[in-house]
Amino acid sequence: MSSAPQTGPRLETSPRVGPPLWLLLELTYRCPLHCVFCYNPTDFARTGAELATADWLRVLREARALGAVQLGLSGGEPLVREDLEEIVAEAHALGFYVNLITSGVGLTRTRIAALKAAGLDHIQLSFQDSTREMNDFLSSTRTFELKAQVAALIREYGYPMVLNVVLHRLNIDHVGAILDMAEAFGAQYVELANTQYYGWAWLNREELLPSRAQLERAEATTQRFRERVGGRMRIYFVVPDYFETRPKPCMNGLGSVFLAIAPDGTAMPCHAARMLPGLDLPSVQASDIRSIWCDSAAFNRFRGEAWMKEPCRSCPERSKDFGGCRCQAYLLTGDPDNTDPVCDLSPQHALVTEAVARAERTERPVARTGEHVLIFRDHRTSIPVVPGERTGRR
Amino acid sequence: MSELPDTSRPAIAHGLRLQWEPAQEAHVLLYPEGMVKLNGSAGAIMSRCDGARTIADIVADLERSYGLTGLAADVRAFVALALQKRWLELRE
Repeated sequence: MSSAPQTGPRLETSPRVGPPLWLLLELTYRCPLHCVFCYNPTDFARTGAELATADWLRVLREARALGAVQLGLSGGEPLVREDLEEIVAEAHALGFYVNLITSGVGLTRTRIAALKAAGLDHIQLSFQDSTREMNDFLSSTRTFELKAQVAALIREYGYPMVLNVVLHRLNIDHVGAILDMAEAFGAQYVELANTQYYGWAWLNREELLPSRAQLERAEATTQRFRERVGGRMRIYFVVPDYFETRPKPCMNGLGSVFLAIAPDGTAMPCHAARMLPGLDLPSVQASDIRSIWCDSAAFNRFRGEAWMKEPCRSCPERSKDFGGCRCQAYLLTGDPDNTDPVCDLSPQHALVTEAVARAERTERPVARTGEHVLIFRDHRTSIPVVPGERTGRR
Repeated sequence: MSELPDTSRPAIAHGLRLQWEPAQEAHVLLYPEGMVKLNGSAGAIMSRCDGARTIADIVADLERSYGLTGLAADVRAFVALALQKRWLELRE
């Protein structure tokens, strides 16, 4: 394994491929929460052993030498790794901007002090809802008060307060209360991220997809809140792509700027790519980052436009959205080369509109969530994902 | 930009970081979960915003470094924009 220099990045980028500017390390799939919308693979319990500390440090050095600069440390819950501080320290020394993406469970005063000293730049704290009952129900744990304490710690240690709340039909009607909570915590940034339907969220899609009326109410509430608080808080409302007519430019095209490493060292061009059939994902245990990023078949598979089918192949917008999301194309149509069915030019767009129509028909009060068949992320329920249309399961 | 006195001392905003990236051959401004690649003049201005130098100092330094004159208006306009975007903050 070639070893990059410890001080300062060395340029190794191949001329035809830009640098992997964004590096995401999913340090572990272990997590104290059991969120129904988790994007982790539904068969996470089958993955191999987690990389050792030395392997993660090598990945950091090799990726930095290629030009990686934004680093996300995620999981699972990254705080369950006892070497997190060591990983942060190395990343900081290499010049990464280091983002910790956490549920906050395990973020004690001792650990936040150590992480700060190691050079951690930023903490994104996730919340499941504004109320203890819903937060705890959706994550199948009792964590709400703990998260509130962690939010206070994050501010005390001088970090920008960045809250992330995943929205779906069971909590989207609480968006006003969620924003009030964020304001009370002194949040400067709030990401209201509507669920994207991968992993566990895919399994639970029928229960999680909101109705259009819910979505419009939430957007209106968010807009009123923005007008009230002005510049004090920045609020990002990410619309669920099922309600759009053009697909998202997923990852700016696979293999363009984003590199994710799974707990067992599998390198992926997006967090969900593990499910794609026929994509022989390389491992950092067998190859260095440069050969993975520049030369591996998996990372070149969706570069450029040669892989595209119609209607993308001749579409003037193909260089803008890159055909949308390969994982969504696979999950919905069974073929990752198809146009993302979110696009209304896709011959399979009805797969999306029918799911949205079902969400309209089944509008029901949140209080009755106990009746729904939600599958919580857990070792016991961990199974491989199956593509195809998901109809009601209640 | 009359509200921006020559004596104000701009600095990179708290929580953000400016650094030179050889792989991009540019200064980049890093912030929570995002980054901006700066063009040459933006990089030249931002890299002088250290909270110690005043706007007048920065203009003088740039004019000296690049052998130019009359940069004050452009620098002030950029600093105003960067303050609005919260890339910079003022140290009095």
